[in-house]
Amino acid sequence: MAALVPAIHALLVTTTWMPGIKPGMTTERTGCDVEWLNTILQGVLLGGLYAMFAAGLSLIFGVMRLVNIAHGDLIVLAAYVALVTVETLGINPLTSLVIVVPVMAALGYILQRVLLNRTLGDDLLPPLLVTFGLSVIIQNALLQFFTADSRKLNAGDIEIASIQIGGGLAVGVLPLLQFALAVAVIAGLQWLFYRTALGRAFRATSDDQPVAQLMGLNNAHVFALAMALSLAVVALAGVLLAVRANFDPSIGPARLIFGFEAVIIGGLGSLWGTLAGGVIIGVAQAIGAKLDPGWNLLAGHIAFLIVLALRPQGLFPKVQG
Amino acid sequence: MGSTRHGINRRTLVKGGAAAIAAPALLGPGAARGQGPVIKIGHVSPRTGPLAGFGEADNFIIDQVRALLKKGIQIGGRDYQVQIVSKDSQSTGSRAAEVASELILSDKVDLLIAAGTPDTTNPVSDQAEVNEVPCVCTNCPWQPYFFGRKGDPKKGFTWTYLFFWGLEDVIAAFLALWDGAPTNKVVAGLFPNDADGNAWGDPKLGLPPALAAAGYKLIDPGRYQVMNNDFSAQIAAFKAANAEIVTGNMIPPDFATFWSQAAQQGFRPKIVTIGKALLFPSVINSLGARGNGLTTEVWWTPNHPFKSGLTGQSAGDLAEAYVKATKRPWSQPIGFQHALFEVAIDVLKRAKAPEPKAILDSIIATNYNSIVGHVQWTGRPVKNVTKTPLVAGQWQRKGDRFELVITANRPAPDIPVGGKLELLS
Repeated sequence: MAALVPAIHALLVTTTWMPGIKPGMTTERTGCDVEWLNTILQGVLLGGLYAMFAAGLSLIFGVMRLVNIAHGDLIVLAAYVALVTVETLGINPLTSLVIVVPVMAALGYILQRVLLNRTLGDDLLPPLLVTFGLSVIIQNALLQFFTADSRKLNAGDIEIASIQIGGGLAVGVLPLLQFALAVAVIAGLQWLFYRTALGRAFRATSDDQPVAQLMGLNNAHVFALAMALSLAVVALAGVLLAVRANFDPSIGPARLIFGFEAVIIGGLGSLWGTLAGGVIIGVAQAIGAKLDPGWNLLAGHIAFLIVLALRPQGLFPKVQG
Repeated sequence: MGSTRHGINRRTLVKGGAAAIAAPALLGPGAARGQGPVIKIGHVSPRTGPLAGFGEADNFIIDQVRALLKKGIQIGGRDYQVQIVSKDSQSTGSRAAEVASELILSDKVDLLIAAGTPDTTNPVSDQAEVNEVPCVCTNCPWQPYFFGRKGDPKKGFTWTYLFFWGLEDVIAAFLALWDGAPTNKVVAGLFPNDADGNAWGDPKLGLPPALAAAGYKLIDPGRYQVMNNDFSAQIAAFKAANAEIVTGNMIPPDFATFWSQAAQQGFRPKIVTIGKALLFPSVINSLGARGNGLTTEVWWTPNHPFKSGLTGQSAGDLAEAYVKATKRPWSQPIGFQHALFEVAIDVLKRAKAPEPKAILDSIIATNYNSIVGHVQWTGRPVKNVTKTPLVAGQWQRKGDRFELVITANRPAPDIPVGGKLELLS
């Protein structure tokens, strides 16, 4: 959990920071060297995964300024819901989404109505502390029910399938699918926010709660819908994570840190920014690993710090104050 | 009043607190130990977590041993009941240290035993050494066990002993496996940044100098972080060097990530020989068809020509009893889990008294034929380590299941070969 502190701090700081420094984006190396091209390509695909982890987080923060510390643990919870579904019904993990997504969305609605709405107010701290507690509870409950065993969902041949794109470059079907889904989720959320009545309600409550309520919106319901939407995205992220790699009850926070970083790099509340943030971290990690496998994680964190130092409000900030 | 409602007033709380503080002084090491008719064995292994496969057979083995020990044993002419307290290390070092210290300080065990990679054996041994409790471990290569704990070959440790094999045996077994196959002798190395990985990849004591001496070229991109998300950098380096053999020491989740990415990226080595990850049938089965033909070190199989001194079972009998009792395929740690209890009970039976020093003397004097071979600490390779034989084998599909077939026995010719090595591509 200690690793989360800087990210949370950054989130809190950036909400009150006024834009001052002009963009100083680091330029990425796109040499003609096929090996480097491949490194960057794999990094971009990995970024899709991180963006997926971050999208729900970004959404919640945009609508109700809630920093959900339990987000990573909810992803792991979704993976276990998928595991139970797959083992009981004997279906493909990707098919299990039909069940896992509604289950998690319903859970999100209830969670918000029963618990989190009570913590919202002028202070950012109470929801932070409550979701921190939630994180501990989810981890230990999962440990109790499923033990610390490392689990994985088997999606069959799709896991090793790849597409040759010439010049010795190959793209795995599963990472590509992950990236495509991340883009689709973000595009879908963007559409929902700016083209639908529900999106208008989200934006109205986000801008001014009392006025939104005067106009006949039920804020508690709107927030609960936002959380339901967030956990629907979490369900997708959870299933993809479970197919891609092994998971156990304690890995949530480690997965969350990249989500936080992606949200901050992209700019708070900006959905496309979140995707860009995820890709930047993924590419930084891939480049770090190419120079030395031990620098993999470090390079992602350094990229995050550079963006934070040069542009504390993120690349495409939407939320001010 | 809150305090009376709970039935505790300030006075009893103070009294109870004082007693709790005083208790460790009254029950100091040695005082409670060995006075009663019970002798306690403390056992630590990874039952859950990424290394859970190493502790899979524990329940079966412990039940078997408990049944045998119903009548107790004689130590120094007196009858003792034997109590086994087994705890889970959850595959992490911090948890292993925690439960070891519980076993020593709360359960007051007379002998500690532990098994299942350095993450468990090292913290347990360190606790035993500090608290002066005799300790026997197995199922951890001796270099990570000895040098990983900052052991000095000249002095060694006082209270902690190990029987297993070492990196030199792995290297000999791997070379025996590869030498017969037509490859370009370019080897890709995957070593994680953990106790095992650093020992295997060590430029002085690990694989690199030994492979160079045997005429192999090792491509080692560097230590990766355990639970890695992306092996594409390593795979690109291996493809560039045209590596035909992949070796290393990985945990199953990392190998699964690497192996599917290798397929996606079109990296097709001829031989894949990985320590630790490929030991278990469950892992091979989860890989599906891509588990066929993978190779690994072999420490124990039902075909090993040894017998248990405790139950009289042959290696084959033990594996059969396990399969029958649990309906699960046999795995290599079974032999060593059994042997660990064999040695522990042999040590206790020969101890002159149920005291730490006497038990330690008994460990040092061990000369025992176990189900994994002969166990006797003779000072080679170092004071606290003795070695059991090691060979290498391949997972081959036989009908609807995978079987581990011994394909190279040059380092230990008395263990029979079961088949020929088949190349992956």
